[in-house]
Amino acid sequence: MKAERIAELERIAKEIRKLTIDEIGYLGVGHIGGAMSVVEVLTLLYHETMRVDPGYPRDPDRDWLVLSKGHAGPTLYATLALKGFFPKDWLHSLNKGGTKLPSHCDRNLTPGIDMTTGSLGQGFSAAMGIALGLSMEGRKSTVYAIIGDGESDEGQVWEAAMFAAHRKLSNLIAFTDFNKQQLDGTTKDILDLESLDDKWRAFGWFTQRVDGHDMAALDKAIQAAKAQAGRPSMIVMDTIKGKGCNFAEALLSNHNMSFGMDEARAAIAALGGAALGGDALGGDALGGDALGGDALGD
Amino acid sequence: MESKEMRAAYADTLIELATTNRDIVVLEADLMRATGTGSFQKLFPDRLVNVGVAEANMVGVASGLSATGKIPFASTFACFASRRVFDQFFLSANYARLNVKLVGTDPGVTAAYNGGTHMPFEDLGLMRTIPGLTIVEPSDPASCAAFVRLAAAMYGCVYLRLPRKAAAFLYPAGEKFEFGRAKRLKEGKDLVFAALGSLMVGECLKAAQVLAGEGVEAGVVDVLCLKPLDEVTILTAAKATGRIISAENHQVMGGLGSAIAELLAEHRFGGGFKRIGIRDEFGEVGTQDYLVKRFGLGAPDLADAARKLMKES
Repeated sequence: MKAERIAELERIAKEIRKLTIDEIGYLGVGHIGGAMSVVEVLTLLYHETMRVDPGYPRDPDRDWLVLSKGHAGPTLYATLALKGFFPKDWLHSLNKGGTKLPSHCDRNLTPGIDMTTGSLGQGFSAAMGIALGLSMEGRKSTVYAIIGDGESDEGQVWEAAMFAAHRKLSNLIAFTDFNKQQLDGTTKDILDLESLDDKWRAFGWFTQRVDGHDMAALDKAIQAAKAQAGRPSMIVMDTIKGKGCNFAEALLSNHNMSFGMDEARAAIAALGGAALGGDALGGDALGGDALGGDALGD
Repeated sequence: MESKEMRAAYADTLIELATTNRDIVVLEADLMRATGTGSFQKLFPDRLVNVGVAEANMVGVASGLSATGKIPFASTFACFASRRVFDQFFLSANYARLNVKLVGTDPGVTAAYNGGTHMPFEDLGLMRTIPGLTIVEPSDPASCAAFVRLAAAMYGCVYLRLPRKAAAFLYPAGEKFEFGRAKRLKEGKDLVFAALGSLMVGECLKAAQVLAGEGVEAGVVDVLCLKPLDEVTILTAAKATGRIISAENHQVMGGLGSAIAELLAEHRFGGGFKRIGIRDEFGEVGTQDYLVKRFGLGAPDLADAARKLMKES
């Protein structure tokens, strides 16, 4: 990937990071830590890698994404909004009664969301089923799945891991957001995952380990994964929980935390400027169709 | 009376459907030989997905398959289909509004030699709390085939409770069935049995015969669909006779007995009512005949309940 393109994607990532901080800050509470650590991968997937059409979210020839760590939904919403799936002002409706943007991803509420997730481990199995169904149909689509490191404690993840390798699901490219922290502490203290990439290799996956905040490295890993035949791919991303959100990154306990617009504004300013704009930050930015109506149009 | 294995009715119907509908997919979790879908695998090897002993993943994979337009039928023992994967079925399939048909085999005492660990007396109670889920327990091979066809034709999740063993045909091949519609198998002016599933419908028919010899005319309603429940048929039959007995191969809590109790109470039914089913007990090992007696599910138990009801009301 050319340096100019990388710089452009990094600019988009910064925008998504700011929108996400704004989105959660406007509500006052949320999973800021794990939302920040997946910004780069979501930016790259939606703004570079994946075949998606914001005007036709359920295009049968699209690439799919299952955000199995469904609590990072706010980052995906910011990514989808910036891509044009829905207006950015919807972001201020996060978790409000009647919203189309619930804390955890819901395929029936939000344009561009491919699978309902939230109970950890489950989205990963669904991604296997989607990959299998698409390959049965002979479609060329790729299925991307993102799991958390804490999520990897779930036995279902490893049931699915065996299944994908056994069925040779090479149209499946998964990522682990290995930010080394789960809700109650570090993964090392709670339930040590290492050596995580060796585990995936042992389960028969084409496994790479990269810096999850390095756009060029991530892109290279995705290209290598796409070139694989006959086995699924796992890209273990070393990431930082809370990355780029100054007040959260400094904390160990940033899995789910309360913060207000003052902190959000300061964090956004540190990233170079207001996301939804000064007006939107202060007032009630709920757009006319952010609540109610048929978002999916199907 | 002609009979057929219920699992053969299930597998034969899947084959029939798959012949004309390429979206039909069957999932197994290393119980294909028990479910009897090996015949399906022979004909459609690419459309039988055996996930190994991994029921949670099976339900997730089924959900994902249905998101791409496939119509997955996933089966395992009813104890695993309910207790073990309740959250997966609840969220990935039902809450996500996908199209998964989950089949729980060997329900209740039909688990027999597999014993208490494998004997679900609670699967219906669990499933009934899932919003919008359709729950059906066919009473014979004809209704089994019909409901498998209906499940494939309908978008939405279905829980099909299915004993594997042979059951007598109660209906001709062309009989029409609908979700939410019970069948009045036998009329009777003194009381009515409302029974769910082949075992209990069969026991109720036997009990009705015994009672007829004593001058008591008992009707039998074949409930078939626990959810949505055919409230009109059940309430009408109860009111016509003033006496109703529910009969299920399941806890009386949460299943058919509870559903009918709720219905009767909400409609100010003032007549006699008894529930036949498991009374707050775990399952145990034994032959099916032994367990039917042990848990009071047989025709003699049903006849006794009817006699008591006749005296009381």
